[in-house]
Amino acid sequence: MSARNSDSWTLRVRQAMDRHLPMDHLLPDRQPYYVGSWVYVFGVITIAALAWVIVSGVVLSFFGPQWWHDSSVGRFFNSLHFWSVQLFFIFMVLHLWGQYFMAGWRNGRAATWMIGVVIFGISILTAFTGYLSQQNFDAQFIALNAKDAMNGAGIGAFFNVLNFGQMYGLHVMLLPIGVTFLVVAHIVMVRARGVVKPIDPEGARP
Amino acid sequence: MESPATYLHWGFILISWPNLLVILGMLVVFAIALVAPFPNHGEADDVSAK
Repeated sequence: MSARNSDSWTLRVRQAMDRHLPMDHLLPDRQPYYVGSWVYVFGVITIAALAWVIVSGVVLSFFGPQWWHDSSVGRFFNSLHFWSVQLFFIFMVLHLWGQYFMAGWRNGRAATWMIGVVIFGISILTAFTGYLSQQNFDAQFIALNAKDAMNGAGIGAFFNVLNFGQMYGLHVMLLPIGVTFLVVAHIVMVRARGVVKPIDPEGARP
Repeated sequence: MESPATYLHWGFILISWPNLLVILGMLVVFAIALVAPFPNHGEADDVSAK
């Protein structure tokens, strides 16, 4: 690297990427022997479910509430969105159990674990605003009951669950962007360091 | 679908049967994932992580 080129931020970023995230880490074709377990599949299924959530959500946002309530195709995509979310949460929790019991935060992976915790929290908020955006009696019931909790927590003034526009905007724009961005960061961090080693890889304790 | 869910009330535990069944199903899936053989496990490479 010449002195002239070291001033280039693109060069510095590229070199940092080469150091921390080489392509054989980002798109590996081989994995450690201990990755041969179904427990490691939970995270991938969670990502697949998230992809379906996003695809079905984009379709729903194109056509709107009248369509997803009244037409058979709309109800199909509404159900696809709902059940993808159920699978997303179920497999996210199974992934959480697996990582908890293998202490996935070891050896410099604490930030990866914490980003996963934040994804879990934002996902709950996204699902909550989704329930409020259904445009049916269920959504009204949830909003009318939740408003007291929000006011009791002191956030009702700027997080108004009775305000459909606010809830829908958060649900289809800000919160999904947050979840997607953090999921990408989570995956990149996992790929940069690799999967955590088992606590007792040889199975031999003294 | 239109009727409210039935609940299991056991001491201080109060949970709807649908929620309980989902949790039990997740425990079963987790247990199966721990013991079920993984395809091509015997051919896995010995690549060490950091």
